[in-house]
Amino acid sequence: MLAKRIIPCLDVKDGTTVKGVQFVNFRNAGDPVELGKQYSDMGADELVYLDITASHEGRRTFTELVKRIAAEVSIPFTVGGGIHELSDVERLLSAGADKVSVNSSAIRRPELITEIAQRFGVQECVCAIDARLEEDGTWRCYLNGGRVPTDRTLFEWAHEAQERGAGEILFTSMNHDGSKQGFAIDALRRLHEELTIPIIASGGAGAKEHFLEVFEHAHVDAALAASVFHFNEIPMRDLKTYLAENGICVRRL
Amino acid sequence: MKVAIVKYNAGNIYSVYCACKRLGFEPVITNDPEELRNADKVIFPGVGEARAAMDYLNGNGLSDIIRGLKQPVLGICIGMQLLCRHSEEGNVDCLGIFDVPVERFRPENASFKVPQMGWNTLRVHLAEGRQADPLLEGIANDSYVYYVHSYRVPVCADTIAVTDYCGLYSAALHKDNFWATQFHPEKSGSVGERILANFLNDNAVLV
Repeated sequence: MLAKRIIPCLDVKDGTTVKGVQFVNFRNAGDPVELGKQYSDMGADELVYLDITASHEGRRTFTELVKRIAAEVSIPFTVGGGIHELSDVERLLSAGADKVSVNSSAIRRPELITEIAQRFGVQECVCAIDARLEEDGTWRCYLNGGRVPTDRTLFEWAHEAQERGAGEILFTSMNHDGSKQGFAIDALRRLHEELTIPIIASGGAGAKEHFLEVFEHAHVDAALAASVFHFNEIPMRDLKTYLAENGICVRRL
Repeated sequence: MKVAIVKYNAGNIYSVYCACKRLGFEPVITNDPEELRNADKVIFPGVGEARAAMDYLNGNGLSDIIRGLKQPVLGICIGMQLLCRHSEEGNVDCLGIFDVPVERFRPENASFKVPQMGWNTLRVHLAEGRQADPLLEGIANDSYVYYVHSYRVPVCADTIAVTDYCGLYSAALHKDNFWATQFHPEKSGSVGERILANFLNDNAVLV
């Protein structure tokens, strides 16, 4: 049976992880490669590395980093951030990334998804969507890490992304992100029901129960989180054990 | 031990190179006919689209070279599918080592997403009279391996392992000097490393 995936997300700036990481006995917390290996050893199913560097120089640093991750980490990883055109995708995939995640650039130019799917196959392209539930009840998509509102809404954009050849949707609820109060269950369930591609839930993880809830009630394929893993608030092994004990199919080492 | 990785227009080749390096091998990534023919082991990896891949292989003379290889060959993911007879993806004739067609997943209900993306279990499955396969030596049934695919190979006479997703299909194949896995051993943690090591390590075990 296909296992539900648990995915730690790492923000990278100028080649180092930015959010604090507090593993016990972990000396090199800033090194994304060491951190990735650590997560892999603890049973993470996949990793997402987001490049939040703005500069051109930083992009080169990130590409070099992707090569090091590919050399040392034996589980799949997705990279995102700063992907604007096919040549960016080519550069990152040939550096060893398994998938690329596109977000703002795909909303600005949806053809990017089509191009990636045609050139590299649908499985290579994760469409990340940041959306906020507005007061009028619509889920509005935002650009640039949630700073710029768009006229696109979550469900119509997710459908278009699927039609264009996205292989997965990574949906972050801006209302839930950072709240540690649980995932956006209703919106995630609707995405699961309406789309035929896998859904990754993001935003709101604060306790083991939240992961159980999102798998049981929203039926998503994967759940992503950052700080609860980085600060070891939810140890990966404990989470997998808890989910398995509650009847969720997970991969345990 | 000379290990060659077939260079063509499919992604993910560098990951396979890295996995071989982690196991202590120094593979060459090449599309040179002599280098491929002279290697002790050949890996035919990739992530991509079947028609584009076959067009490239046919256009660059690689189809006949791969068909004619005599040493152990391991196809991975699209590499496995290209070793089959025909693919529904792009409706294209493939290399025909394994006499079986590649079909798209047809989920009977919405709980099955396509592509299948993630970790699924492996189970040894052998046609009557077939011996345990050396590629899977030391791999326990229900070990998790990593899959990313929208098309699959049905269970056939060459199947050596199956996985269940919208029904059973071939997780691994073996015929003569050709092996193939639908999953990505290079991305499947320690289980995948063992399978790659089984393929690469000892010539005598395989052939």
